[in-house]
Amino acid sequence: MNIADLVNEKNTGLPPKNAPVDGKLRLEQVNLYYGSFRAVKDLSLDIDTCSITAIIGPSGCGKSSMLRLFNRMNDLIASARVEGLVEFDGVDIYQAGVDVVELRKRVGMVFQKPNPFPMSIYDNVAFGPRRHGIRNKRALDEIVEKSLVQAALWDEVKDKLDQSGLSISGGQQQRLCIARVLAVEPEVILMDEPCSALDPIATLKIEDLMRTLTSTYTIVIVTHNMQQAARVSDMTAFLMVDDDRSGTLVEYGATSEIFTNPKNQKTEDYITGRFG
Amino acid sequence: MRKNYERSLKALQDEVLVMGSMVEKAILRSMEALKNRDLELARQIIAEDNAINQKRFDIEEQCVELIATQQPMAGDLRIIIAILNMVVDLERIGDHAEGVAKIAIMIGDEPPIKPLIDLPRMAERASQMLREALDAFIRRDVPLAKKICDDDEEVDNLYNQVFRELLLIMAENPRTIGRATRLIWVAHNLERSADRITNICERVVFIATGHMEDIGASKY
Repeated sequence: MNIADLVNEKNTGLPPKNAPVDGKLRLEQVNLYYGSFRAVKDLSLDIDTCSITAIIGPSGCGKSSMLRLFNRMNDLIASARVEGLVEFDGVDIYQAGVDVVELRKRVGMVFQKPNPFPMSIYDNVAFGPRRHGIRNKRALDEIVEKSLVQAALWDEVKDKLDQSGLSISGGQQQRLCIARVLAVEPEVILMDEPCSALDPIATLKIEDLMRTLTSTYTIVIVTHNMQQAARVSDMTAFLMVDDDRSGTLVEYGATSEIFTNPKNQKTEDYITGRFG
Repeated sequence: MRKNYERSLKALQDEVLVMGSMVEKAILRSMEALKNRDLELARQIIAEDNAINQKRFDIEEQCVELIATQQPMAGDLRIIIAILNMVVDLERIGDHAEGVAKIAIMIGDEPPIKPLIDLPRMAERASQMLREALDAFIRRDVPLAKKICDDDEEVDNLYNQVFRELLLIMAENPRTIGRATRLIWVAHNLERSADRITNICERVVFIATGHMEDIGASKY
């Protein structure tokens, strides 16, 4: 069952779902300011549909700021200001008339620390669809099961859906958060250090899940863990702080190239652990 | 940053140089044994080949350990992968030198069929190529690596010359066939050694550029 069939179509200022365009996300000469401080500078890159892109770089280089450009999460910071073009399916998402709630439904986000709501596992997953107007119990059951299956969590929680989302392990909680994102059928999933609070086994499970999800979803992940970027992503973007303390894109390319034969000496120095 | 890791990576490359000089010495000394009919020296070279083989295993172990514990990336990863290949070639060149020493023993005190001129020249050329290849490795010198591959043609030409000359001697006097054939084996060992040195040069190019390319197409 498709959520779009269940909710009323409305003018969101966004393109139709899965519009056939080259590149799912696009940045063109994007600058992001927090007050007078320029956090990221002149970012330009294209992200393909159904791919995993990793954003790596030293602490404070603007990785998370860059990620939050894609679903206007920086809007929540009063002093934030964006210049340049940020496109989702070929549409400028910062133009007037864009429905930000709809945008964030289609460009979902998973955070560093698992943040299930203090409610049952079922209600956690059903939360989004309910907010978007789905009340039918059977429809909700279907969405909850499908989302938990996709998040590779169903078998572990199917007998305790009414238990608190906070009662399961950290790795399970993070997969629950992914299921919660999947329940509203996004097209893009942004992940901000999704494994940094997890143990190695839980981390590998999430990575495995990401590879599975990439057949349907476009994933952008910020990670401190270079091995994780190398393991999981198709493309890697390396950001670094410039002389004026703004984050700039040093190199963007196929992960296999970046980790074996980077073009830029700064990338080489960073990924071989010589600075950062 | 990563001082211990840097030290290990440097030590690993130093070990390759040590192994390279052991092999270079083996090439020259095996020719000396053949030329001077020094059977004692020949036996020594055969015994010393074990040390070369052991060095290869030691270096491979160090590579595996660095990969497992340090997760090397980019240029560092290329160095280690290249070394894993280079030590195989070096070890095989050592085997070729051992082969020459064994032939020297086989020939023993049989009367010579001709003065040895081109074979020592081949050995000299091969050992020089190896020395330069190790230089190119340390300096990441792509032009030098490519030049060494070009030099291989000289060894190929010498091989061809030795081969034809020995064929002629055999045709003229069939009683020399046994001895001449052994000398052809020697030439073959040296020709293969030079080819393997071009493989090492290809790895040097890989370290420096990240590209694998066949730059030393031998005639044989």
